[in-house]
Amino acid sequence: MKAAAFDYIRAGDLAEVCRALDDGGPDCKIIAGGQTLVPMMAMRLARPSILIDINAVGELQGIGGDETSLVIKACTRQAAAERSPEVRAKAPLLAKALRFVGHPQTRNRGTVGGSIANADPVAEIPLVALTLDAGLVAESAGGARNIGISGFFHGLMETSLAADECLTEVRFPVWNGGGIVGTGFREVSIRAGDFAIVAAAVQLALDENGVCKRAAVALGGVAPTPLRIEATAEALLSSDLDAKTVGEAARLAAHEIDPVADVHASAEYRRRTARVMVERAILEARDEALGRVAKP
Amino acid sequence: MKPREISVTVNAKHYRSEVPPRLTLLDYLREVLGLTGTHAGCEHGVCGACSVIFDGQPIRSCLMFAIQADGHEVETVEGLAGADGGLSPLQDAFWEAHALQCGYCTPGMLMASHALLRANPDPTEDEIKEAIGGNLCRCTGYQQIVEAVRLAAKRMREADPEAGPEGNKDRVDE
Amino acid sequence: MSSEAPEGRRFRYVSRKRRTKEDRRFIAGQGRFVADISLPGMKHVALVTSPHPAARIEAIRTEEALKIEGVLAVITGEELARATDPLMSGLNLPDVRRFPLAVDRARYAGEWVAAVVADSRYIAEDGAELVEVDYDPLPFVVDAEEAMNEDAPAVHPAHGTNVLYQRKFVYGAVDDDFAAADHRLAFRACWGRSSTVPIETFGVLAEWHPGTGILDVWASIQMPKYPEQIARALRLDANCVRVHYDVDVGGSYGVKRGIKHTVLVGYLARKLGCPVRLIEDRLENMTGGDAHGPERIFDVEAAFNGDGEIRSLRIRALDNVGAYAGRAPLQLAKPIGAIVGPYRINSVEYEAISVTTNKTVQEAVRGFGQSPTNFAIETAVDKIARALDLDRVEIRKRNFIRKDEFPYTIPSGSEYDSGDYLTVQDKVLDLADFPALLARRDALRAEGTLAGIGISSCLEPSGGNAAFEPLFNPANETTTWMESCVTKIDLAGTVTSIMATASAGQGHETLVATVTAEELERDPDGIRVVRSDSLASLPSNSPVASRMAIMLGGAASGAAKILKRKLIDIAAHNLQLPADRLVYEGGNVAVRDDPGKKLAWDELVEIAHRKYHQMPLGMEPGLQASYVWEVPKGGELPDADGRVRMYPCYSFEAHIPLIEIDRDTGQVKILEYFIGHDCGTMINPDIVHGMVYGGIAHGIGAALYEIFAYNEDGQLLTGTFMDYLLPSVHEIPDIKMVDHSTPSPLTSMGQKGTGEGGYLGAPAAVASAVNDALAPLGLELDALPMRPGDIEALLRTKSG
Repeated sequence: MKAAAFDYIRAGDLAEVCRALDDGGPDCKIIAGGQTLVPMMAMRLARPSILIDINAVGELQGIGGDETSLVIKACTRQAAAERSPEVRAKAPLLAKALRFVGHPQTRNRGTVGGSIANADPVAEIPLVALTLDAGLVAESAGGARNIGISGFFHGLMETSLAADECLTEVRFPVWNGGGIVGTGFREVSIRAGDFAIVAAAVQLALDENGVCKRAAVALGGVAPTPLRIEATAEALLSSDLDAKTVGEAARLAAHEIDPVADVHASAEYRRRTARVMVERAILEARDEALGRVAKP
Repeated sequence: MKPREISVTVNAKHYRSEVPPRLTLLDYLREVLGLTGTHAGCEHGVCGACSVIFDGQPIRSCLMFAIQADGHEVETVEGLAGADGGLSPLQDAFWEAHALQCGYCTPGMLMASHALLRANPDPTEDEIKEAIGGNLCRCTGYQQIVEAVRLAAKRMREADPEAGPEGNKDRVDE
Repeated sequence: MSSEAPEGRRFRYVSRKRRTKEDRRFIAGQGRFVADISLPGMKHVALVTSPHPAARIEAIRTEEALKIEGVLAVITGEELARATDPLMSGLNLPDVRRFPLAVDRARYAGEWVAAVVADSRYIAEDGAELVEVDYDPLPFVVDAEEAMNEDAPAVHPAHGTNVLYQRKFVYGAVDDDFAAADHRLAFRACWGRSSTVPIETFGVLAEWHPGTGILDVWASIQMPKYPEQIARALRLDANCVRVHYDVDVGGSYGVKRGIKHTVLVGYLARKLGCPVRLIEDRLENMTGGDAHGPERIFDVEAAFNGDGEIRSLRIRALDNVGAYAGRAPLQLAKPIGAIVGPYRINSVEYEAISVTTNKTVQEAVRGFGQSPTNFAIETAVDKIARALDLDRVEIRKRNFIRKDEFPYTIPSGSEYDSGDYLTVQDKVLDLADFPALLARRDALRAEGTLAGIGISSCLEPSGGNAAFEPLFNPANETTTWMESCVTKIDLAGTVTSIMATASAGQGHETLVATVTAEELERDPDGIRVVRSDSLASLPSNSPVASRMAIMLGGAASGAAKILKRKLIDIAAHNLQLPADRLVYEGGNVAVRDDPGKKLAWDELVEIAHRKYHQMPLGMEPGLQASYVWEVPKGGELPDADGRVRMYPCYSFEAHIPLIEIDRDTGQVKILEYFIGHDCGTMINPDIVHGMVYGGIAHGIGAALYEIFAYNEDGQLLTGTFMDYLLPSVHEIPDIKMVDHSTPSPLTSMGQKGTGEGGYLGAPAAVASAVNDALAPLGLELDALPMRPGDIEALLRTKSG
């Protein structure tokens, strides 16, 4: 399991990244954390001719933003995001999901943007980005481009990023339009730390009476890309999230999806556990928000 | 592709080497520097046998290319012992608790635990499990490993009650 | 804590908490594994593998690969088969020929078809990609029952059938016992294909010296008669192969048997005139490494009385060994040595069927077939209890062989040496505070959780004599599996013991040092234990069959006792007294009635090494002794009915886990795990406990997570660590253990084997717990592994 030969460019700044992408042709590939790319290369399932290393690009690291959005630069380590008070405050769903990503050692190297660009259908970070309707920025020699997450994931590990584009930042909208926010993240996997069979992400905002004013629900592992489940989200709106409503809403999720089987789970298992994970994530989010409502 | 020169600090020693870009950090440590304490288990980032500390954080050395380590610092199991060759408290606890059998996963376990104790001198059992959760051991069932890390933490705290977390300034305690 | 040997002997070093000899080098990163050994001019191998489960190999083109700078050679099966003899098989199957590289026909996806040798492993892989093979795909079969059909594709057409072995053994009056019993039940239980999957893959390095005509071999090996098998296949005299045993093996638990790897590398080293190393990568290891484990279908019938007395069993075991026979079919034979488990079962019928299919080849796995069989037996016991509405603890109590019935001969002819099963079960029930555990389970159930307690017991047959070989292959009259040890006291008075096998974490250096220290009454820390090479050493049969505490321990005891006797004789000669008036203490020899009058260790050593004039007449100078020990109770061939005495010692364990099942996802969580353990005298308790913990974790993996799964195209789907799921620390609960010691009357210090027991009992225990949790719903699941999807699908049949 040794990678095929490649040439290597360590980019010092974003301009250099874009230049290298422009020059490199279709077989060049960006390496960020490399936690997915390197095993693929070791198995020779990926064989870029040139690797452009963006780990030394300072512009691509850091966590910032303002009241309306949390901005995570693409090459920010997952571990840094996990430890960031700003992430916890502004995108608590992401903070929660990060703990499910691989293991501490892979989070020390893996990046937030890398996971999104890699677009694994069961990966947690793309799922959260989709749930929260994150905005993406990509840059190429031709300039910067904003990409809405809803059109980003094209298929199994395929995105709308062009071959000469580098994902530079992810903007997670902060839900501060009123209401008390609660988040839920649930996944079913065979072992802890494995890729999920099915993962569900939920963010809710409740008013002071516990009535749901806003809801976002998405599932991973049930389609070639992560999937927003609008029907479920809509069914929660204006309800006080009683068990029955939540159960019905989760059931809708199972109808929205058409999962496939693999060695770890049948399609039916995915469909059924999708319902369960959505239900549990909603209840988790509700209870978290209600806990906040109860606080003075 | 033609070899490229890199300069890496390993266990506080500086090395200059020529490496082909595709050489993994793991193979560089083992085959070029002769530091064979770090082991290959799966070469696809799952088993943790190749764990080393990179710029202060534990990582998988099979998932990095040596050329990416140019200008960076790496710590391996060979660097755990003191200058006099004496065992670190963690190593000694592994011996005391018999936290190993075949010894193959041991260097990775030690590096993962070493990084944990440096950041968190008083870990809970769950924190120990989280730290070594990505390191597979087939011999021990993990019982004596968890016990050894706990034992090392206790002894290190007793030896230096003032010690706090280091190298982890951005750690947030809730 | 100290233990007592049969004669009530108190130990100084044995059974005491003591740091191991081996750990020190591993924690410093100074282990010496095969991949750590590098020779000047060494070349590296990568394999070209078959993508088809069955195909004719029409042509292999190597030109493009050979054009790569750094690629030295590409060899094919055809070339290798011309230069070597087929690998040995455990059965007598002349038409099931096996070579390291496929010849004419590939028989499973992943089988090695060609080997590329290059300056580095990186370049070797580049070369392997460019080797072009033309295949003509053939029909294939991966299911064992389908493989038995008349019209099934033949894996080895020359053999005529896919059945490699089939025999029905009838031990005792089975039909009468079935007719007389109050009740009968029948069920099928399935053991999924998993293995031991060590974190280190298999590796081997060979170097040929034309000047001496010796092939030097360093390998991560755990294999009886390894040097002889390599030599035979390579058409060399056995004394042309020198296997270096001072290689640390990164885990094995049975599977590190790389004969085919070694024959390939040995051939290449000779052909190319340079050292050649093959370190399997994980992909090669999981597919073409030929290290899968048993895959069994058990059809079981049990006859029992209303009071729970189990009268008889009929067990049909169908095993899928994969594409070649190897040693794996013999794994159906070992269970005959404990075919009634720890129970007084009057008669047994056992039909063993070994079938070849187009799957990866099976290898010896921890317990050598005993863990699946124990799962089948324990499942039967649980089902009988449920059928009678009898407590699962109680039914075991009623059927356990009693302490005063040993030695106990079971229907298949093997004799259990000693045991106290009731006491061990009582101890673990106490440890678990069983009434409280039941209350906890019931409280969980009251909350709506599916909770269950597992009950299992198991025997660990240990110290084997390989009598399963003549049993399944009468051409092979093996009745000994001796083990040796050489110990010497040098001129400076330090003690060195030499063993003749590699170790894979079992702590053999600690074992030998402890036992030698105990006999010589010298500090174990000062005793050096080295691992020799195959030419310089006496015979060994390697650490298989839970045998080393017994066999190597016995050999070390034997050698040390000879030295002790010699020291006493030298003292007797110099003190002019008969030996029986002397007393040996701490290495000094004193006059019993006059303790001031003595010869100290240093003086005795000085005499032996320098002062021949002070030695007893005719005594060999120096202080060295070798001891080769025959397996206790070995030496007999099976009788015509297949009654056989296979293992001398029987350890015992009782397991009690508490689990809960997520009703909606089918995920199993192990909340508690208790085990009572009796392996007689423990030489080093930390080592014993470690192996038991590790065996349990391995068994939890087999029960819940691990499976080499194939699709309908005959492809292995779980060939990486992303898909083949070894338990991590998160999957293994805190395990609580209680010891008991029923010493064996047959061994030097009362010790029995211990490396396999955790793995022998845990799968049955976890399955028992899952079924206890499912019982209130009227559901049963008897196939391992029990993965979330399997359990959830079953639960769905009840809740719709």
